[in-house]
Amino acid sequence: MKRFTGLLLSVLAVIVLAVIPLISGKASTREAMFTILMAIALASSLNMLLGYTGYVSFGHIVFFGVGGYAGFYTLTVLGWNLWLSMLVGGATAALLAYLLGKSILRLRGAYFALATIGVNEAMRALVNNMDFLGGPIGMTMKFSVYNEYGGAANALWLVYWVLSGIALLVVIVSYLVKRSKFGLGLMAIREDEDAAEVMGVRAPSAKTWSYVLSAVFPGLIGMLFFFKNGNIEPGDAFRLHLSIELIVMVMLGGFGTVLGPVLGAGVYQQLRKLLLTSPVFKNIQLAVAGVLLLLIILFIPTGAVGWLRRRFPRLRRVLE
Amino acid sequence: MNLDVLIASAVDGLLIGFVYGVAAMGLTLIFGVMDVINLAHGPLIAIGMFGVYEIFTYVGMNPYLALIIVAVVGLAVGVLVYFVAVHRVIDAPPLSSLLSTFSVNMMIIGVGTAILTTSAYNVDFSLPSLDTGPITVTGTRLAAALIAVGVTALLYAFLYRTRSGKYIRAVANNRQAAELMGIPSTRILALAFGIGTMLAMTAGGLIATILPINILAGGTYELKSFVIVVLGGLGNPLGALVGGLILGLIEGLVPVFMKTTWVPVLEFGLFILILLVMPQGLFGRKES
Amino acid sequence: MILHVENVTKQFGGLTAVDNVTFSLEGGEILGLIGPNGAGKTTLFNCINGVYTPTSGRVVFRDEDITGKRTYDIARRGMARTHQIVRPLNDLTVRENVIVGACYGREGLSLHAATEVAEDVIEFVGLTDRVEMLAGSLNVAQKKRLEMARALAANPYLLLLDEVLAGLNTSEVTSMLDTIRQIRDRGITIIMIEHIMHAIMNLSDRIIVLNYGEMIADGLPDEVAQNPQVIEAYLGDEDLAAKILEEERS
Repeated sequence: MKRFTGLLLSVLAVIVLAVIPLISGKASTREAMFTILMAIALASSLNMLLGYTGYVSFGHIVFFGVGGYAGFYTLTVLGWNLWLSMLVGGATAALLAYLLGKSILRLRGAYFALATIGVNEAMRALVNNMDFLGGPIGMTMKFSVYNEYGGAANALWLVYWVLSGIALLVVIVSYLVKRSKFGLGLMAIREDEDAAEVMGVRAPSAKTWSYVLSAVFPGLIGMLFFFKNGNIEPGDAFRLHLSIELIVMVMLGGFGTVLGPVLGAGVYQQLRKLLLTSPVFKNIQLAVAGVLLLLIILFIPTGAVGWLRRRFPRLRRVLE
Repeated sequence: MNLDVLIASAVDGLLIGFVYGVAAMGLTLIFGVMDVINLAHGPLIAIGMFGVYEIFTYVGMNPYLALIIVAVVGLAVGVLVYFVAVHRVIDAPPLSSLLSTFSVNMMIIGVGTAILTTSAYNVDFSLPSLDTGPITVTGTRLAAALIAVGVTALLYAFLYRTRSGKYIRAVANNRQAAELMGIPSTRILALAFGIGTMLAMTAGGLIATILPINILAGGTYELKSFVIVVLGGLGNPLGALVGGLILGLIEGLVPVFMKTTWVPVLEFGLFILILLVMPQGLFGRKES
Repeated sequence: MILHVENVTKQFGGLTAVDNVTFSLEGGEILGLIGPNGAGKTTLFNCINGVYTPTSGRVVFRDEDITGKRTYDIARRGMARTHQIVRPLNDLTVRENVIVGACYGREGLSLHAATEVAEDVIEFVGLTDRVEMLAGSLNVAQKKRLEMARALAANPYLLLLDEVLAGLNTSEVTSMLDTIRQIRDRGITIIMIEHIMHAIMNLSDRIIVLNYGEMIADGLPDEVAQNPQVIEAYLGDEDLAAKILEEERS
């Protein structure tokens, strides 16, 4: 049990957030929690690449989009059920990550970051041209599909619980990786890739697997999200700004920690909601986020959790 | 395949390619001098676009004269952005400057969208077209290309003929050594960033004279700039110009053969390909 | 024979950094590698442990041709190395740094086993009281010890030490020399690049001298110290030449 104290806070946070809608029973609360939990799951996934391995992926949202499209296609066009489609989404994203891992992970630093942007944009432009995926208009799901899952209302609750489960899973996996030999190897790569290789870390394959791991969950979640949405189009699926927001969440909370992305995502989403509902800040929500990001980068680059860990070394065991 | 159509498309593409080149030069200069990828590049281009639009529409000044004002403002804005977002993280890991410049991007877009919304605007200005028999070239497009060439020449004159320019090249080459020789690196870095921004905004202004503009279009040109900069070689201004021409050519010619929507696929495909196969670009990076 | 370097040459464009170097190394030896600055010593190390692939020639480690293999493959075969300019994993603790060495070295230990090995090695190099500190916060001497601990934790057959004594004061040097002797006594073969003459002359069983990439001497410390070619190579550095001649006289 002692081994898992660091995991406690994160798991607790996710569980608490997940059950809030149960208490209020309202669909609006559920939707709000859905957004937060999704952000937590996506940010935590990204953290495994960004925070542990140190590779900055600016276009990470591509896995969300690719998974979404793949799953949506099998669901609506091929008529497969939701679960299978979700797996297809995850698998497709993982496959893309594996292929990319073999190619663009060779690049370092800024070159890699730019390449990930290129990949996202190329994918969006490609999908835009694929008529079998609906082209620029995208695909729409027949409302009747919800009936297979007990009707629309039921389906939305179902999706919510599945997402909560995935968020919990991501957090746990994140923790397990961090405490594993594999995770240590990743962090060695982050600190000094060449030195890590001299010590025997097989960097190319380690990086690829961390990339795949960071892509699988967005793939699953993408499918879920667009199923809930009822339709999918290139603009929604490959929104670069969402990618960047994920990075902000990870940096805000503290990269390389398990709690960091959870905290960062939660706080950021709340902030966003606050800004969107405030008449003063509504239109400049992005600008405020920008100021926030700048302040973090300039003054607390290790994020909230990072700062807390340095300030209170005794709490390190709990703030993992 | 009509040869005239082909030539006309190619020429159109090349002309705007010059303008793309100027934009990309700003990005590559900043990278070459301080190893920072300016993710605020797009919004800065957009400010240039709207600068010319606003001055033209509300003051009634000739857009090409407005361009000069925009350029000067660009220099000032660049220096400001440098001190606010870049200076403190200049020696930090690359992620820091990527995120700090991106935060400036977010700020500009956020405020810009609030003020201007995302609708398109048009600079209603035209010059007589040039008719060279088989092809007709829009006057404004030709003017933009000529100005772009002029700006490039000025940039090179500055870098190679003035003292500040030499300082910039020295700092780009080896900042520590330059400091040891008494070059005030902070001022030079700020100046370089300012010039990079000036180029971006000037390009934006030029684009405004040719095409409709909106606040988010900056993002599109930013992405194009990335492709160009990688194509031409990060840190090489001349490479950026050539890269711009190549991209312009692709944009001009591809729609003749296939749907316009394939252009971005080709652009980004090329981008990734170059990063993998020839990351130093066509002209390689300056030795550090 | 634990290592055999055969006609290894490394060229960078027009520059020949290592020129046709050949030597062998028996298990349990301490081999000193000396030469003026820029002679190609670190480059030779890089060719041996896989950072560079030699332009020509072979490197045979424990009867296996490892020429051109990647650093991580060579590390797993039991070769470890320290760097001239230390490379600590800054944001990881001292313990974590050493565990990496133990996990990914010759033995490929599990995290649990590696943690135990790490404790031992950290004690051996004398960093026990800093075990929870972040590697980035250590001073130079401590970072050098950390670098050594990481290499040792991998339980290598062969250890390449690149100027471990540079930047240390006199007492730190003496201390480090003791440690190196203890490492040899554990059965680990060592190649050392060093500039501190008295140290390397005393410690090494054999010495190799490089100058402009070429090997100009290979023999016992006394022989090498009297070798006119060696002295000439160092004449540019008067102090060093004087020291060598003085050592020889006394």
